[in-house]
Amino acid sequence: MATRSFAWAEGPAAVLWKDLQAEYRTRYAVNAVVVFAVTTLAVVSFCAQAAAAGPELLSPLLWLILLFSAMSGLSRTFVREEETKTANALRLSADPNTVYLGKLTFNALLLGLLDLIVVPLYIVMMDVRVGNPALFVAILIAGSLGLVSASTLVAAIVAKASVRGALFSVLSFPILIPVLVAAVQGTEAALRGVPWAQVSPTLKVLVMFTVVMVTAGLWLFEHVWYEA
Amino acid sequence: MQQAEKEAKTAVRPWRPGWLEVGTGIWITGMVLAAFLWAPEVRNLKGTQILYFHVPCAWLASIAFLGSGVYAGLYLRRRELMLDVKSAAAAELGLLFCTLATITGAVFAKANWGMAWNWDPRQTTIAALLMLYLAYFALRSALAGTERRAAVSSAYAVMACVVMPFLVYVLPRAFETLHPTVVRRGGMDPEIIVMLAVSTVGFTGLGAWMFRLRVAVGRAVLRRMEELV
Repeated sequence: MATRSFAWAEGPAAVLWKDLQAEYRTRYAVNAVVVFAVTTLAVVSFCAQAAAAGPELLSPLLWLILLFSAMSGLSRTFVREEETKTANALRLSADPNTVYLGKLTFNALLLGLLDLIVVPLYIVMMDVRVGNPALFVAILIAGSLGLVSASTLVAAIVAKASVRGALFSVLSFPILIPVLVAAVQGTEAALRGVPWAQVSPTLKVLVMFTVVMVTAGLWLFEHVWYEA
Repeated sequence: MQQAEKEAKTAVRPWRPGWLEVGTGIWITGMVLAAFLWAPEVRNLKGTQILYFHVPCAWLASIAFLGSGVYAGLYLRRRELMLDVKSAAAAELGLLFCTLATITGAVFAKANWGMAWNWDPRQTTIAALLMLYLAYFALRSALAGTERRAAVSSAYAVMACVVMPFLVYVLPRAFETLHPTVVRRGGMDPEIIVMLAVSTVGFTGLGAWMFRLRVAVGRAVLRRMEELV
């Protein structure tokens, strides 16, 4: 039994591996997302040079950069399937849950990569002092997972629509408001060095949101996926 | 036979006001008169008559939202286009009442605290609801094909419904808000509670009336489309 306990993950892992390989060949999403984020960061840092920004400003700016970068790149995984006409082949070869989990993991890795590149750069360029580093990292991870879980499903919804780029942002933003509010508040608290106990409700909200979105996604994705 | 009976019941007929319509009309007229002539002012707050419009609008917007989400979920299960019509009709009503709730809330905020909009958690919630509704309609207009539009927008409606508890319940409780919490503390005059209940009932009647009208229009459109095909 022990050898088969992760059998459910084989399908999503295959989808993930396929996406990673396709991404590696063109590096389109990675380039778009990372370059966008770094450019935005440069603009923000340049424009805010003289301002002595405290945590109440640094926290929302960071999440704005992450949000807009996510909006520019996270829909890529589904749109590419439609553009290269491989979507129908994928519909035939894997069941919806497998595809959903695989794409979700891909987006999570993409945003994780973005976090790894942008956040240290942000700390250096904006001269950020992090009061509670462990909490900062925890909020960053929880917030990113929340972002990804909602965005992946919206990306699937938008892949079939006509005005994809703008519509993706328009649809995602209201859904992401709880994540943004909680993440910005939590990051501000982490920058100020507030202890864990006081910020744990915010972390709980982020985790709850992710769980709810992934569950909803597992049910809804099938209906959206087969609208060919 | 069953189909013929169903069609006879829902055929397009000249409209005559029924109990719901007449009752709602009289009720709301009475409610408006009572709100301005009978109900007392709340201590420390100005312009409290707007409460009797703001609270029912917000309530109706939430109900419409829930209804839209439930009909959307039912559509995804059963794939009957009438359910999608009802989901869209509920969303339209929700949009209307959400806009009204936002505006009345802003007017009240301006009169009492000087600022019409300051991203207070409750204001954030109602703005987020408004954006969700607008996004839903933007999505509907960007999709082609009746079944595809119905299925994809239903998926979004369910997602929005799932996010709503976070916006309505988690956010305002997690952070400080200026929004009056009198209902929870129970420190309100009985007349005001009565007025709020009365106005909520009246607006619910109004909402039900508008919903029925809108669904009847949607049903007629659907029937026409089926005839053409």
